[in-house]
Amino acid sequence: MLLGDEAIAQGFIDAGGSAINSYPGTPSTQITEYVINSKQAKELGVIANWCANEKTALEASIGVAYAGKRAMTCMKHVGLNVCGDPFMNAAIIGTKGVLVVVADDPSMFSSQDEQDSRFYGHWAMIPMLEPSNQQEAYDMVHYGYDLSEKLGTPVLYRIPTRLAHSRAGVVRKPVRPQNELTEPADAKSFVLLPANAKRLYRDLIDKQPAFTEASETSGFNKYFDGPKKNIGIITTGIAYNYLMENFPDGKCPYPVVKVTQYPLPYDMINKLYDECDEILVLEDGQPFVEEHIKGFLGKGKNVMGRLDETIRRDGELNAEKVAKALGMDVPVMFKVPEVVTNRPPALCQGCPHVDSYTALNAVMAKYKGGKVFGDIGCYTLGFNMGAINTTVCMGASITMAKGAAEVGIFPSVAVIGDGTFGHSGLTGLMDCVNEKANVVVMILDNDITAMTGGQPSSAHNKIRRICEGLGVEPEHIRDIIPLPKNHEENVKVIEEEVNYNGVSVIIPHRTCIVELKKHMKK
Amino acid sequence: MKKDIVLCGVGGDGIVSVAKIISDAALNMGMNLKQSEIHGMSQRGGSVFSHLRISDNEIFADVIPEGQADIILSSEPMEALRYLPWLNKEGWVITNNDPFINISNYPDMEKVNAELGKLEHVVSFNANEIAKQLKARSNMVLLGATVPYLGISMEKVEEAIAHIFGKKGQEVVDLNVQAVHAGYAQATK
Repeated sequence: MLLGDEAIAQGFIDAGGSAINSYPGTPSTQITEYVINSKQAKELGVIANWCANEKTALEASIGVAYAGKRAMTCMKHVGLNVCGDPFMNAAIIGTKGVLVVVADDPSMFSSQDEQDSRFYGHWAMIPMLEPSNQQEAYDMVHYGYDLSEKLGTPVLYRIPTRLAHSRAGVVRKPVRPQNELTEPADAKSFVLLPANAKRLYRDLIDKQPAFTEASETSGFNKYFDGPKKNIGIITTGIAYNYLMENFPDGKCPYPVVKVTQYPLPYDMINKLYDECDEILVLEDGQPFVEEHIKGFLGKGKNVMGRLDETIRRDGELNAEKVAKALGMDVPVMFKVPEVVTNRPPALCQGCPHVDSYTALNAVMAKYKGGKVFGDIGCYTLGFNMGAINTTVCMGASITMAKGAAEVGIFPSVAVIGDGTFGHSGLTGLMDCVNEKANVVVMILDNDITAMTGGQPSSAHNKIRRICEGLGVEPEHIRDIIPLPKNHEENVKVIEEEVNYNGVSVIIPHRTCIVELKKHMKK
Repeated sequence: MKKDIVLCGVGGDGIVSVAKIISDAALNMGMNLKQSEIHGMSQRGGSVFSHLRISDNEIFADVIPEGQADIILSSEPMEALRYLPWLNKEGWVITNNDPFINISNYPDMEKVNAELGKLEHVVSFNANEIAKQLKARSNMVLLGATVPYLGISMEKVEEAIAHIFGKKGQEVVDLNVQAVHAGYAQATK
């Protein structure tokens, strides 16, 4: 019984993967974690590392591929934005042996948007895989490396939350050896000077028919015929399961093209279009396939899906939504009684962030017009304490505070965790120092990356030295211990730094309570 | 045989771990199985759920469609109510009725109990109290109360407990078995 994430991880080990470099992010975290904890991976000498961010992680994978070995980098969907640069350029290089695994989060269980990574893969013009179940998730890692090495391209491997975080039985394949250390066949391909890049981009364009051919013939995309030709259905990834859930005997009366590999299989979809009156597209994500086949003018046969809101455009797909799209009944007996109230996630009892925010709130209450720019992590939940005004993307706390301070907001405070600071806070802090911005940056140091389950934090034990190195004046880097008994003292420190006209850093340092409990158990 | 089970509670209370024991027993019976979990932000003290699907036929979706769950197993009474739309007409609600109050607007318990009382198929009792007396985990007591509706025999559940807790010693196994029996007695009295 493996989680979808774990099936990918086991697939990576068994398919002869050499190095996995990632940054944690729900729902992708358990892939890399599994490899890090795998005895088998250790024995095989597989490198498994958490990196500072997705960009450094993917660049490491390109380095692994340069050495001729198989690499994997995993991330959540928004992480792909962070490594957009190496991602697009790995495609131009035609990097062999690289799987970029991206876990999308439809319905935003633990994310700030619903972006669908398939648009990125299409943009980069590379093949994509989107398994429909845990077994395929495992098998497609082997296949993905074969495809990548045969066609000379990185492969984008997309899963949604439900597959990442649900368990089923998986049958393993024999373990194959890792690749030998080799020189790249075309040494110039890793030098993206315009002269080389122009040739390589042309190569990438010329490879497109081979990518489509692979989609038609690999066996992962399937055409199932059915007697009812009024609707032809295209499913992508796990959407197939939500369709079949509505037919307990396992027989869908409509013709179906089950897509798990891209570019889209042209012949199969053409056949479906020719044979059916209307097309219904089912995808767990944004209307990627639907937009492709519908066309700008919307002429020809009717294509239904999320664009015309036959299926609601936002939120994850499920069997009920599919049933309604097919005009089937969804009998629901019980409603949620009115007495039930929301129970949103909250900071844990004894969490150090609570004490940091209590002190910060006390200071901010004294200043009208002051703002606190938040960031991504457990401490985002400080919103429910009225402690932060914004959360946008990793690292945006410091840079937004700078921008706002420079146009007149005072006090302008940034709150960022130690993990996020290591991920993308450093460059922003350097901007602040260079412009002598009037900001207070609170780096909440709980020793780990807490939200994703306690991975090491890349800036661990180095925060003060990093800040000094970036040019923050040492007397304005203040250490405090966020505990209720230190409240008055902490308020005083924060207030002093608010009143210093320049860059201040305050480091409230206390270990995450969940992590502390874990260690006490051991 | 098909059993769709919604396990729910409050992030961090460990109710989802009960799925492991049911899964182990079901796998031993040669059943197919799928289980979805929630990780990340939703875990932090918020409402959490997991879907466990057992069937001797192929299982497609990782999540249970609304109106199809055979059992709602909840570690907290208001959480049991939250997931009612998943329950099928003949389904059972097994819930702890000791509230976990970590929000300021938690409803009046009388109203919560009244809603639970409206259900035809419900087992609602204070599992924390029983667990405390036994010095066992309340989740195991709740598991026991689910056994009569699970389609899996007590013997198979005991085997699974022995399998999963065996490493921790016979004492731990016995304690958990005792807790399961105490829960079973609650559901069948």
